[in-house]
Amino acid sequence: MAGAGGRGPLNVPPEVEGLLRDLAPQVLGTLARRFGDFSTAEDAVQEALLAAATHWSRDGVPANPRGWLTQAATRRMIDAWRSDQAREARERLVAAEPARQDARDEDDTLVVLLLCCHPSLTPASAIALTLRAVGGLTTAEVARAFLVPEPTMAQRISRAKRTVAGERFGLPTSDELPARLRNVRHVLYLMFNEGYTATGGPTLHRAELSDEAIRLTRTLHASRPDEPETTALLALMLLDDARRPARTDATGALVPLPDQDRSRWDRALIAEGTALLDESSGHGVVGEYRLQAAIASLHDHAAHARDTDWPQIVALYGLLEEVTGNPVVTVNRAVATAMADGPRAGLAVLDGVDLPGHRVDAVRAHLHEMAGDVPEALAHYGAAIAGATSIPEREHLVARAARLRASTGG
Amino acid sequence: MTRYLLTVNFQPGVVDTPMEEWTPEEITAHLDYYAALRRELLASGEVVQSEVLAGPDVAKVVTSDGIGAPVVTDGPFQEFKEWIAGFQVVDVESEARALEIAAKLSAVPGPGGRATQQPIHVRQVLDGSPSDAAEMETWLEQADGVR
Repeated sequence: MAGAGGRGPLNVPPEVEGLLRDLAPQVLGTLARRFGDFSTAEDAVQEALLAAATHWSRDGVPANPRGWLTQAATRRMIDAWRSDQAREARERLVAAEPARQDARDEDDTLVVLLLCCHPSLTPASAIALTLRAVGGLTTAEVARAFLVPEPTMAQRISRAKRTVAGERFGLPTSDELPARLRNVRHVLYLMFNEGYTATGGPTLHRAELSDEAIRLTRTLHASRPDEPETTALLALMLLDDARRPARTDATGALVPLPDQDRSRWDRALIAEGTALLDESSGHGVVGEYRLQAAIASLHDHAAHARDTDWPQIVALYGLLEEVTGNPVVTVNRAVATAMADGPRAGLAVLDGVDLPGHRVDAVRAHLHEMAGDVPEALAHYGAAIAGATSIPEREHLVARAARLRASTGG
Repeated sequence: MTRYLLTVNFQPGVVDTPMEEWTPEEITAHLDYYAALRRELLASGEVVQSEVLAGPDVAKVVTSDGIGAPVVTDGPFQEFKEWIAGFQVVDVESEARALEIAAKLSAVPGPGGRATQQPIHVRQVLDGSPSDAAEMETWLEQADGVR
């Protein structure tokens, strides 16, 4: 989404767009700290980005781009304050607050990221605010990624800004920081998911959310390289993203893992992700991202689907289940168990799984088909189709059931 | 976030007095309630689309065999109360939130300030893809791997 129609009809060169988006959270951090008004500062930075996109594309990038942007945003901020009828009330408020120290050593990008991923926000609001304030995307771009009209997204973002308006702008205390970083990782992981699970066609823009999540996770990793779960999260994203070129066919339909053309996997990303995974493994903590990255790595290193180390994957899913307690993980372990020890063993894992929705039916259908029990398989396909909430999944299940029926003369 | 279609038809709920026989104050209270709810949903950034439909008198039914001219007729002639009167699409965090909005719509006041209890139909909109990466992994691992 970068550049392509981001800032209206402007034709912004990619290097200018990239520079603007790197600078956006730094300038926002400076203004928010100086004036103590995150929400107005965020609007001012957006306007300054637009002005910079126009001027820099035409006249070239100034010698001190950060200074240029800071000055432009400050002017807009002061204009906004002048026109604000509540100006006096606000000035009193600012005057009453203790003087803010200009802590230059703090990484402003990290502070802005922590604020945008504040635990008081719902994940969806945090993602939207992060994309705009840290990612430097326009509201129109964020709206397009989430397939909602621009005014709807504008409301969501301004409500999110109001929610965090009362928060102190600065790094949390060292007691709070680990939990706050955990929340940032969770938001970035969900942002990656939004793109990762997107298929082709009308959801094409969503795929670029994965790029944005990776970019922001790289930023987080660069500012806090000593956090093994951040390293592992980046590894996970790269190891999953490496398969992206093979994951959809020419029509945008999803290609299942066993059928993917593995020569199309991105070897450079796999190498980088594997190195990061090794780096995160040097620390004692076994977190959920490290376990997921380890599973992704096993898939990535299998030359053929039949070479996949399923027993190892079963063991990792077992650990992941203990760490997260998420029944979806149990379903994944059932699939891996079926691949390692046969469909009956997989079905046994599913006994007692309490998960609403069609997913368990879909997996049971596959495992019964694998075991050669056609009537059971067809019954579960039917239940899964009736409950499916995703178009590609439903189409896949319908095709699968039809093929099974045809092949058995049912 | 998941989208839901909320539709309302002409089923009157517990109120059998036609709206034209309500007092002006009752009509105002009814419309103000809808307006306030609409403002709330716009402010929360949850409304994707919201429409009120024209009546059955101007409805058409179209069929085509793909070769000849399409056949356009009036109708369908279903019961009036089954006609869809309006709909909105909301994009919300959970099914619980969609049901909460539907309940507010159903509780719109009618004569005497009493809730009309009009039935609101709630339908989930299909997603273009699985909703999270763990689900996606299951699907990718199993989808065609078993033969």
